[in-house]
Amino acid sequence: MHEKTPLIRLSKREDMPKARVWMIRLGAFIFALLIGMLVFAVAGADPIEAYVTIFKAALGKTTGIRQVVRNAIPLLGTALALAPCFRMRYWNIGAEGQITMGAIAASFFAVHCRNMASLPLLLIMGVGSMVLGGIWSLIPALFKSRWRTNETLFTLMMNYIAIGIAAWLIGGPWEGKPGSQIMPVFSSNAVLPKVLGIQCGWIIVLVLTVVIFVYMRYTKHGYEVQVLGESENTARYAGMNVPKIIMRTAVLSGAICGLVGFLIASGTHGTLYSNVAGGAGFTGITVCWLAQLNPFAMIVIALLLGVLTKGSSTLQTSMAIPASITDIITGIILLCMLGCEFFINYRMHFRENHAKEAK
Amino acid sequence: MESVHAVELKGITKRFGSNTANDNIDLYVDRGVIMALLGENGSGKTTLMNMLAGIYLPDEGRIFVGGKEVTISSPKDAFDNHIGMIHQHFRLVDVFTAAENVVLGLDEPGRLDIKAASAKVKEISERYGFEIDPDKKIYDMSVSEKQTVEIIKVLYRGADILILDEPTAVLTPQEIERLFKVMKAMRADGKVIIIITHKLNEVMEVSDVVAVLRKGKHIKTVRTAETDPKELTELMVGRKVELNIDRKTPVDPKPRLTIAGLTVKDGEGVKKLDDVGFIAYGGEILGVAGIAGSGQKELLEAIAGLRRIEEGSIIYSPEGKAPQQIVGKSAMEIKDAGVAMAFVPEDRLGMGLVGGMGMTGNMLLRTWNKGKGIFVDRRAPEKLASDVMESLEVVTPGIYYPVRKLSGGNVQKVLVGREIASAPSVLMTAYAVRGLDINTSYTIYNLMCQQKDKGVAVIFVGEDLDVLLELCDRILVLCGGKVSGIVDARTATKEQVGILMTSVGGKGGKADA
Repeated sequence: MHEKTPLIRLSKREDMPKARVWMIRLGAFIFALLIGMLVFAVAGADPIEAYVTIFKAALGKTTGIRQVVRNAIPLLGTALALAPCFRMRYWNIGAEGQITMGAIAASFFAVHCRNMASLPLLLIMGVGSMVLGGIWSLIPALFKSRWRTNETLFTLMMNYIAIGIAAWLIGGPWEGKPGSQIMPVFSSNAVLPKVLGIQCGWIIVLVLTVVIFVYMRYTKHGYEVQVLGESENTARYAGMNVPKIIMRTAVLSGAICGLVGFLIASGTHGTLYSNVAGGAGFTGITVCWLAQLNPFAMIVIALLLGVLTKGSSTLQTSMAIPASITDIITGIILLCMLGCEFFINYRMHFRENHAKEAK
Repeated sequence: MESVHAVELKGITKRFGSNTANDNIDLYVDRGVIMALLGENGSGKTTLMNMLAGIYLPDEGRIFVGGKEVTISSPKDAFDNHIGMIHQHFRLVDVFTAAENVVLGLDEPGRLDIKAASAKVKEISERYGFEIDPDKKIYDMSVSEKQTVEIIKVLYRGADILILDEPTAVLTPQEIERLFKVMKAMRADGKVIIIITHKLNEVMEVSDVVAVLRKGKHIKTVRTAETDPKELTELMVGRKVELNIDRKTPVDPKPRLTIAGLTVKDGEGVKKLDDVGFIAYGGEILGVAGIAGSGQKELLEAIAGLRRIEEGSIIYSPEGKAPQQIVGKSAMEIKDAGVAMAFVPEDRLGMGLVGGMGMTGNMLLRTWNKGKGIFVDRRAPEKLASDVMESLEVVTPGIYYPVRKLSGGNVQKVLVGREIASAPSVLMTAYAVRGLDINTSYTIYNLMCQQKDKGVAVIFVGEDLDVLLELCDRILVLCGGKVSGIVDARTATKEQVGILMTSVGGKGGKADA
């Protein structure tokens, strides 16, 4: 009679103990590393040696650690920028473009205020990047709150426009050697100073982590965002100005993304590329979700991804394993980490074999 | 040898997460019997029946139909076993006719013969006394007609065992009468009918046996003829209960809200309220009755400033202050002036509460904007949350525990408690007791009465006519967005209100306001 019972059934579970939740997450991470070993083996490398190389390269030397932190800065910054939007259930996936616009604004002042003293110039670049990033993010939010357009597609499309603008600038008005399609490096007064051998952006994003944490948890704005994310009707019922909250939060998010663009352009590259954001705008989404919108957890996730990125470049040079292999492993880790949430939220029931029991 | 039952459940258990919805239930029904499945909300009635209808699979236990053990893992399996369920929410295609909906999803060989289907629908209708036009589109139908289509759909598929989930919730008294007649005709035809309900008077009127569920357990099955509402209530609640409403005569009622010519349209430009006018007095409870969707929700939202008003005026006359026009004011201004709304829409958490927050966060909804600076003040709401938790006996692990995870009754207490704590001079509630157990319902009724005794103008949108007649001082009846009458709740009858619910300006429609 049980032939019709499905093999696996799912049911929702609630309130798993915290310790068990973290055990599952750790388990998923280890599971991902094990699959990663398989990938290395298929690529013809010794899996153990590969992992050792990654972690040695990233954490064994000061230069490695510096590189890891450098990699983590834009990821953490973007994740922080997106957190209020996602809390509001406003799906801003336009961080890539907002970062690019921020970098463009910073480059504009770097090019046109060449002769200013370093500190005021950097301040102007920072503020300018936030303003332009904020405006770039305001456009879809304005349409969303006025005409209820879909922000997901809108913010995504805005990315390509921003990248196009950057490409045009470095190939046209800001081009260095004619025909090079490259912008010359910033003058030294437009480059962010280093602290402990790393561009000082790491201090900025750490301060930002605390600020966003407090903003989301203790301020009126944070409360509004949370209520609106749960139910627009309740927000209206409580007398909140819904369009204003949407636009304000989007601008905040875009401004922080813009600042990240400034940190990358001025601190990391010292110039503008058309792919200046380098995917941070998208990876930041993953960081944000993996951390479940918790700013402090974002630090850990961003550093982990920083380690993998650094490790992959070393693997390529020292073991001749293509960097794309490490990208695959990064993908597997992210998939497992996100996938394990399923096992935290649901319980599986397997079909019981009654015939066996009867024996 | 024991006789074979039409349906028998043995040891049925169903869990959802840590919650056991059905706990080791044994139950049977025989042919030609109407069984009422009685229990409070959350007692597991619908879950149990969903396992007969193929919506859920039991975690443990066995099901026998006609003495044979079966596994029902889909609605199709249910039909193969001649079981059909009429759900609370209809599953019909609006743009199809009755006959088209009936044959929808049937996998019969050959071409679809809609004429033959129509004829068969007619034949079924005549046999059991339905009144239905097989060629009428669903969107032209009343709620009662749609329900009829659902029942015919099930009969057409050859069901001998019919399960009706709260079928009377959406019907007027006259329609309920008609439904019961049909049910009795089906019983005479040897069918098994299981009706899920929590209304005692219906149980007494229509059923042969009553199975009482409480907290997922089957407490007892009794013959209707050998029991009375008092015993059933005790079985349902688990202890003796005193249920009465302390309705006092209003003392010196003064006009609080004077509404005239109120017209409201929905997004598509359809009039939801049409020239509505009445006066709500301080110190009385004004009930609002009507079929679901007659404009009750829009009326409250319009008063609360949450809806655009096309035309009309709402004069608010607070105690000791000059009357003021509140049309055109923002929701915030109206709320601050003392008009509170404990609105409980279809989705309890959809408006008025934030499910993911605890009691404190929800108390904060009223005061989040108070105080200077950028930070929210959580101390006052924390205290309020503790007070409400104590005074209304809210069962929760703590004031920070997400209200979404609380039971319906406790969620409602949080909402009503917060609104009353704001010391309103107008208190509006809609479906305030929907989904609550009997005891909590009466707690809420008596809270309303206390507010009225304090001189608050209470507007109470309700579904249960018996309660409206027992609780309110006057009852305003809405029909299709118009006021079809205002009656004195102390002298009006249920039938009188029922007629007003379906007829604009019907008999007795003389407003005494």
